[in-house]
Amino acid sequence: MKAQNLKIKDYCRISNNKVLLNDKLLFEDPTSDFTTFIKLAYKKMDTNYPKFFKMDDLSKLGFLATDILLKPMTQDPEMPKNIALVFSNSASSLQTDRKHQKSITDKENYFPSPAIFVYTLPNICLGEISIKHRLHSENSFFIFNHFNADYLHAYASSLIKTEKADEVLCGWINCDAEDYEAFLYLVSAEGSIAHKKEEIIKLYTTK
Amino acid sequence: MNKIYLSYNNIVSSLGFDSPTVVHNIHEGLSGVTLIEDENLFPSPFYASVLDTDKLGMAFEKLQPNGDYTRLEKMMILSLTKIIKASGVALTDRVGLILSTTKGNIDTLDPRNPMPSERAYLGTLGHIIKNYFGFTTEPIVLSNACVSGILAISIAKRFISQGTFDKVFIVGGDIVSNFILSGFNSFQAMSPLPCKPYCKQRSGINIGEVAASVLVSKDQKKLVPEAVEILGEASCNDANHISGPSRTGEGLYRSILSAFKEAKVGSRDIDYISAHGTATNFNDEMEAIALNRLGLDTVPLNSLKGYFGHTLGGSGLLETIVGMHSLYHNTLYASKGFTELGVSQPLNIITATTSKDLNCFLKTASGFGGCNTAAVFKKVES
Amino acid sequence: MSDLKQELKEKIITQLNLEDIAIEEIADNDPLFGDGLGLDSIDALELIVMLDKDYGIKLTDPKEGKKIFESIEIMANYIAAHRTK
Repeated sequence: MKAQNLKIKDYCRISNNKVLLNDKLLFEDPTSDFTTFIKLAYKKMDTNYPKFFKMDDLSKLGFLATDILLKPMTQDPEMPKNIALVFSNSASSLQTDRKHQKSITDKENYFPSPAIFVYTLPNICLGEISIKHRLHSENSFFIFNHFNADYLHAYASSLIKTEKADEVLCGWINCDAEDYEAFLYLVSAEGSIAHKKEEIIKLYTTK
Repeated sequence: MNKIYLSYNNIVSSLGFDSPTVVHNIHEGLSGVTLIEDENLFPSPFYASVLDTDKLGMAFEKLQPNGDYTRLEKMMILSLTKIIKASGVALTDRVGLILSTTKGNIDTLDPRNPMPSERAYLGTLGHIIKNYFGFTTEPIVLSNACVSGILAISIAKRFISQGTFDKVFIVGGDIVSNFILSGFNSFQAMSPLPCKPYCKQRSGINIGEVAASVLVSKDQKKLVPEAVEILGEASCNDANHISGPSRTGEGLYRSILSAFKEAKVGSRDIDYISAHGTATNFNDEMEAIALNRLGLDTVPLNSLKGYFGHTLGGSGLLETIVGMHSLYHNTLYASKGFTELGVSQPLNIITATTSKDLNCFLKTASGFGGCNTAAVFKKVES
Repeated sequence: MSDLKQELKEKIITQLNLEDIAIEEIADNDPLFGDGLGLDSIDALELIVMLDKDYGIKLTDPKEGKKIFESIEIMANYIAAHRTK
């Protein structure tokens, strides 16, 4: 397979209390906070995965955006897919890191929680997704100060070119203080948008 | 496809501040794991491998740095300085920088730490390292739990193959922090004694700190004598559980199989396995199962955790560098802490440091999130 | 005792984020792990923290937890006998 013939098959965005698939609005709830919004979005998407509620915000965000993109593709357990996961963000797992730090700062009230600590790694989200979609595939979590289409493009192309993956789910999932954003796209042999840096930037910046 | 090599390398650890010293100390059977009493790190005494703060400070001051740097930044800068200088590589737009770390400057989240908590952003750490040396490309920070160090090597190779860079400097590291110690303790994963990978008496991990660095290059000229070629690598998820390893070793099994395929080698070609061996019950058992599924049970194997503890995002890189020196010296280093096999499947644990002709080694790692990575390295024929 | 059981059920639902389960759905003798409530190893560790934090009970051996967390009934009996707060 030649890297230059690759396409962007689908893309999903969750930000500003909206869920969009290929620019089509799937769900909107302008007034609620992230916790309520993501729960309502989960229900609306008919996700039906009780472990969702155990996840931290970063995992919930990445999990839901991924589920919207991959659900139609990974339903048949007899047909395992080799879809690599290449995610990036700027805040790593800092939002959950701060929670864990809070639980250990006061020596009189020192009760670190294993259920919080386990989410103090950004790639746990990739693990959650791999379990749900039965992906025994390549996982990488990068941290950049800003969305970096250059590196994502080169890395996804290399994974497919070297046959380490058939398709690559790429993008940005970030949760920090009051802010959150998910933008994921599926790089594949099929699709109508060329897998090019310029196209990725265009899709990312069109909000 | 171009061949890709690991060349100039450095280890800043409790066993020394350069690779030859560290490897010599391993040969001598020394361990960096000691009993630490420091209530700022953990409420009760614990075993860990920690750098001497004064020695680190003195070594760092010799670089005459401008400005304030965190503990991890000092370690990483010290490590990278040595290989950038020795290699003489100019930091053009063809040279990449990859940092592998799980938690970076996580100690700055502690309100008692004088450095601003914004320093805990991993991108900030990347830019501090970039700016210190004057790299001209954007740093790539990889945070993929305990496989980060070895996965960073895979990623460097992939970016070079793809034509993004000609050379990549990787620096990997993490520090011993109250953040990490409290977390692993809440997982009941900490050993009350120096760790004993694969041993019947094993009782969990020791945490360690290290900064390690290596130059990855497609340039066959100007390689160091201990240089190795990366023959193949792969990374596969268990798709099983976010903290516990797969009972069947599925992800590790697939990673090794896939790395072998790319390397065009089989189990018989492997002279030595540098395994993960954290000394938790589940990890070591999982590795034994995966390695047996591949017929690798007779290949000499060690875990280096008995020397350095588990150094998290630095471990895969650190252990690969020791593996390079192992091939160069044709020496199998003893798996420290091991006395009696305590996994359900046979493994050929190296019980004493011995000489043996070595050509090819396998490095593996596994971590939280169900991730696993395997890579095969071969001596460079001169 | 029935107060303690009720309290434990509430705590398990909120602290382990069992979003879709109501207190009435947990019977005193239902197994908490495996096929019961479907709790896993991280939940077991979390319950060990809860024993320490809310009832002043320190478990040093995680294997002990396995027996204690079999059901609400067994857990309540253990806490009643060993609590220090």
